[in-house]
Amino acid sequence: MAPPVEKQADPSGGALALASTGISGGVLPGWAPYGVVAGSALFAAAALLAAGSFSVGVMLLGAVLVACAVLYSWSRAVEGSRRAKDRVVTLAIAAAFGLAMIPLISLLYEVAKRGIPGLSVEFFTESARGVINGGGAAHAIMGTLVITGVAVLISVPIGIMAAIYLTEYGSGKLRRALTFFVDVMTGIPSIVAGLFAYALFEIFFGPGIRLGVMGSVALSVLMIPIVIRSAEEVLKIVPNHLREAAYALGTPKWKTIVKIVLPTAFAGLVTGVMLATARIIGETAPLLVTTGVIDSINSDPFDGRMQNLAVYAYNEYRSPGVMKQASYDRAWAAALTLIAIVMILNVVARLIYRRYKTETR
Amino acid sequence: MAQVDTTTNAGQLLAAASGGRRRVGDRVFSNTATAAGVTILALLAGVAIFLVVEGLPAVTAAASDLPEGKSLVDYVAPLAFGTVLAATFAALVAVPLAVAVALFITHVAPPRIALTLGYLVDLLAAIPSIVYGLCGIFVLGPATVPAMKWLEANLGFIPFFKGPASTTGRAMFVAGLVLAVMILPIVSAVAREVFSQTPRKLQEGAQALGATRWEMIRMTVLPFGKSSIISGAMLGLGRALGETMAVTIILSVSGIVTFNLISQANPSTIAANIALDFPESSGLAINALIATGLVLFAITLVTNMAARAVIARQNTE
Repeated sequence: MAPPVEKQADPSGGALALASTGISGGVLPGWAPYGVVAGSALFAAAALLAAGSFSVGVMLLGAVLVACAVLYSWSRAVEGSRRAKDRVVTLAIAAAFGLAMIPLISLLYEVAKRGIPGLSVEFFTESARGVINGGGAAHAIMGTLVITGVAVLISVPIGIMAAIYLTEYGSGKLRRALTFFVDVMTGIPSIVAGLFAYALFEIFFGPGIRLGVMGSVALSVLMIPIVIRSAEEVLKIVPNHLREAAYALGTPKWKTIVKIVLPTAFAGLVTGVMLATARIIGETAPLLVTTGVIDSINSDPFDGRMQNLAVYAYNEYRSPGVMKQASYDRAWAAALTLIAIVMILNVVARLIYRRYKTETR
Repeated sequence: MAQVDTTTNAGQLLAAASGGRRRVGDRVFSNTATAAGVTILALLAGVAIFLVVEGLPAVTAAASDLPEGKSLVDYVAPLAFGTVLAATFAALVAVPLAVAVALFITHVAPPRIALTLGYLVDLLAAIPSIVYGLCGIFVLGPATVPAMKWLEANLGFIPFFKGPASTTGRAMFVAGLVLAVMILPIVSAVAREVFSQTPRKLQEGAQALGATRWEMIRMTVLPFGKSSIISGAMLGLGRALGETMAVTIILSVSGIVTFNLISQANPSTIAANIALDFPESSGLAINALIATGLVLFAITLVTNMAARAVIARQNTE
C-alpha cells in the first residue's frame, strides 16, 4: 500500500498548517473538551426544561450537537481548522462509544428492575405443574441446566479435539477447509440449528418429536465452532520450545499434547468453554422448535418434552395467563436469571484466565 | 511448518527405535483429532442435507396443500424480503457506530482501559436474544414512539417513514435498532482487530508530518482497515439475517411487502416466521417451514462465506 501520508502535501498543508496547529497559534486548555460537554449538557437540559418537554434521549442528542458546534468554533478560533476538526471527530467517536454503552447499561437496569418483583423462593423451587396461574420456574431452570450440560458434553470433546487437529496435526487442504468452515459455522442462524436437530430426529423418531437432547444437539451446532476458535487461540500460544523439550526427552507426540500442551493451555481452554457456554445458555429459537413446552420437571433429556428458561420467558410473555402482569413478572424474572447466569459465567471465566493462566513466554 | 515436519520425523525415528509401540498411541490420538475435524465438516454438510431432505416434500407439494395455499416461492418471497430489509437496516445503523466504537477503543481511549472497554462491548454479544426481545417490546418500543411520530411528520415524504407511525413500537424500525445493537459487537470486534494492527510506522509517520489524530486515522487506519470493515459489515449482516427472537417478539407481522419502517403492519422475517408457526404446525406445514429455513441457511451461508473470503484474503496479503 502506498503510504497515504503523501496526500498531506496539499497547498495549504505543510509548514503553514503546522504553524496553525499550535506552535504559533494558541492551544485550548486541557479541560476544554470536558468543560464544553458539561456546559452543553446543562444547556440542553435547561433548554428542554424551559420548553417543557424533557426527555433524556433528546437531551443527550442536543448536548452532543451543541458541544460539537461550540468546541468546533472555539477550537477553530484559537487553534485553526485542522485542530478543530480533530477535536470534533474525537468528541463524536467518544459519543458513539457512549451511545453503544447505553443499550448495555439500560438493558441491565431494566432487566434488574422488572425482574426482581418476579423473583421468589417459589420461582426457584416450584414447577408450574397443575397451576393455572403462577407457579415457579424450577422445571425451566432444571431444563436449561440439563440441555446446556448435555450440549457442553457433546461440544467440548469434539471442539477441543478439532482444535488439537488444527494446531498440532493439521496440514494441507483439510486444515484450510476446516479453518474456513469453522468460521462459516459461527454464522449459522440459531433457528437453522434448531431445524437441523428437528429434521435429524424426525427421520429416526417420526414427526412431532420433542426431546431435551434434540435441543442439546442444536446448541452443540452453535457451540462447537466457538469452542474450536477459542481453543485454537490458546493452543497456538503454547510455546514451541515446550513441545520440543518434550520431544527431546523421547516423549511421543500424543503424550506431549496430553501432558504438556493441554495443561499449559488449561486455563485458556476452561475460559473458552465457559464463554461458549454463556453464549448458548440463553438461546431460545433452537429450543423453541426442538424441546417443546411442558409444565413439570423433567430431568431426562431422552424422555419427552423439556422446558427451559429462555422458552419459559418467551411463553410467559407470548401467552400470559389471566393475571397478565404476573406472567410478565415471571418472564422478566426468567430473563434476569438468565442474564445473571451469563454474567457470572463471563466474569468467572475472565477471572480464571487472569488467575491461572500459565505464562507462555 | 518446517518445524512440525522435523518433530514428526523425530517422533517417527523414536517410534522406530522402540519397535513401533509408541506409534500406536500416536496413531490413535492423531486419528481421533482428525476424525473430530472431519466431524465438523460432516456436521455442516449434515445441516444442509437434513434441511434439504425435510424441506423437499414442501418443494414438490401442490400449492393448495401448503400453508396459506400459496406456492413455496410466493410463501418465501415476502419473508425473504422482510429478512433482508430488517438486516440491511440494522447493518446500516450498526456499521458506522461499530467503526467509531472500534476507533475509540484502539486509538482514542487510554490504552490502560481499552481492554476493559472491549470486554464491555463484547458483553453485548453475550446477552441472550430473548432479553433483547423483551427489552425491545417493553422498553425501546414505547420509548421510540415519539421519534417515529417525528419521522412521520417531518420525513414522511421518504417511503421508509411514510407511516402511519406505530403507537405501540411494534415496528420494523424498532426491530432493526435492536438487531443493530445485537450485531454491533461482532462488527466492532472485526474492525478492532485490524485497526490495532495498522503498521506503527504509517501512524507515526503521519503524526511526525504534523497530522492531527483524525488525519492520521483517516490516512492510515481507515485505508488499512477498509476490507475488515467490509467483512465485518457482512458478518454483522449475516447475524442480523438469522436473528430470531428479537424480531419474533417485536414485530407485529402481517405478511405484506413494504419499505415502510415505522408502521404497525410489517413484513415478517424467515426466522421469526419459523419461531411463530413451528410449535403449532404439523405435516406439510413443517416441511414448508424447514424449506424456508433452508433458504435462510443458504442466504447466511453465502454472506458468511463471502465475508470470510475477504478476511482470508486480507490475512494472506
